[in-house]
Amino acid sequence: MIEVTNLEKSFGDAHILKGISTTFEKGKTNLVIGQSGSGKTVFLKCLLGLFDYEKGKIAYEGQVFAELSEAEKRNMRAKIGMVFQGSALFDSMTIEENVMFPLQMFTKQSKSEMQDRANFVLNRVKLKDANKKMPSEASGGMQKRVAIARAIVNNPKYLFCDEPNSGLDPKTAIVIDNLIKEITEEYNITTVINTHDMNSVMEIGDKIVFLKDGLKAWEGSKDTIFRTDNEVVTDFVYSSNLFKKVRRMYIEDNS
Amino acid sequence: MQYLHNIGTYFLMIVEMFRKPTKWSVMKQLILKDIDDLVIGSIGIVAFISFFVGGVVTIQTALNIDNPLIPRSLVGFATRQSVILEFAPTFISIIMAGKVGSFITSSIGTMRVTEQIDALEVMGINALNYLVFPKFIALTLYPFVISIAMFLGIMGGLAACVFGNYASMDDYITGIQQDFEPFHMAYAFIKTLLFAFVLATVPSYHGFYMKGGALEVGEASTTSFVWTSVVIILLNYILTQMLLS
Ligand SMILES: Nc1ncnc2c1ncn2[C@@H]1O[C@H](COP(=O)(O)OP(=O)(O)O)[C@@H](O)[C@H]1O
Ligand SMILES: [Mg+2]
Repeated sequence: MIEVTNLEKSFGDAHILKGISTTFEKGKTNLVIGQSGSGKTVFLKCLLGLFDYEKGKIAYEGQVFAELSEAEKRNMRAKIGMVFQGSALFDSMTIEENVMFPLQMFTKQSKSEMQDRANFVLNRVKLKDANKKMPSEASGGMQKRVAIARAIVNNPKYLFCDEPNSGLDPKTAIVIDNLIKEITEEYNITTVINTHDMNSVMEIGDKIVFLKDGLKAWEGSKDTIFRTDNEVVTDFVYSSNLFKKVRRMYIEDNS
Repeated sequence: MQYLHNIGTYFLMIVEMFRKPTKWSVMKQLILKDIDDLVIGSIGIVAFISFFVGGVVTIQTALNIDNPLIPRSLVGFATRQSVILEFAPTFISIIMAGKVGSFITSSIGTMRVTEQIDALEVMGINALNYLVFPKFIALTLYPFVISIAMFLGIMGGLAACVFGNYASMDDYITGIQQDFEPFHMAYAFIKTLLFAFVLATVPSYHGFYMKGGALEVGEASTTSFVWTSVVIILLNYILTQMLLS
């Protein structure tokens, strides 16, 4: 479980996060949604310790990240997997080497053990016969799978994904979403996903935190987001006509 | 003010580069790769330029000596002096600022804009040590490149001399052995080592701290070339004043 209390973050004069509190539970896919530029990435990077923040507290199972010693932080980092928006695969390495990289860094496994483990997770994300390819030779959907494989290869307790399905076609996007959800439940990981994709919200939103103007404007789940009367949420969720229609049908069905 | 800030960041980067070292088994691979990319990969162009510029220096010197009282061996002497003191260490380093420097800036800059550096940092890896330190170590072999430049520059002069009939081979060889001062070699290699450090770190700085996207990577490479050259030229002036006068 991750607890965030009153998180504030600025860049110079730009106050990006203005005091955000929430919790993310284990075994659940927690979604952070909001418009482009609403601070989702900044929020995630604060959670990861990539950005310093001015105020607030971030605790992993009660341990405050900022208060850990260097060695403890390194230990903690070994338990975190991250899928970046653009996959962020190392382009000088093959797909297999990318997936083996965290093992090489954090474990004392032999080369063949690492290869076995890499093959196992590549299989898990349904990617076969691509081990020796370079990331530049893989499609966007494949790169995303590799990024997920690299993020989970060292059995993380926490998984962070920044817009994991941006730039993918809708079908592949749903496959990736479901893959993340399955893995989260299978290994009981605390997963936090940034997205502005309403399909993801409906498919996998166990918990949803809605950011607007640097504040948490709403919080709920995929079941409650359709019923809420909160205007900022409905404005965002039903910005497309398709979703307006879906909502009407949903409410009729359930009444 | 901004300049001071940048210079401060540069020196902090250098300190940070030596902290929290990456696992040796991984670092070894990185160093070998950088030796291949930065050092071995530059030998071809350096050899080509040195040989022909050495030839041109010889021709220019020969054409400017029309007093029959001046011995022809001076052609060899002058070529040796200009190649060893300035052409090989300084001029080649400026060319390397273009070749190696922009390669370093664009490869690190691309890693920055595609979040590969963030990916390293999330894993708790000191990205500066991981990326810059192997380049620094690889470029400690840079003096070998400059030795090759010196040798081929002088050989190019010899070839031009004999081929163009400016002086006999014997005269040229007498010239390049004349009044040899070992300290000049020391001076040249002290410069070379310092330039190697500049070539590894200034372009890395420009790549590592860049912001933006693909377009900015191109801009950063250009800026990095300009600043690397400026630093090399200034250092060259200061070192020459300090060591030779
Ligand atoms: N490193 C940075 N330095 C300065 N401003 C930043 C930085 N990163 C993000 N911002 C600003 O923070 C705001 C939120 O950005 P971001 O978190 O990327 O939004 P998104 O919700 O689309 O992920 C933007 O206005 C952006 O310009
Ligand atoms: Mg973002």
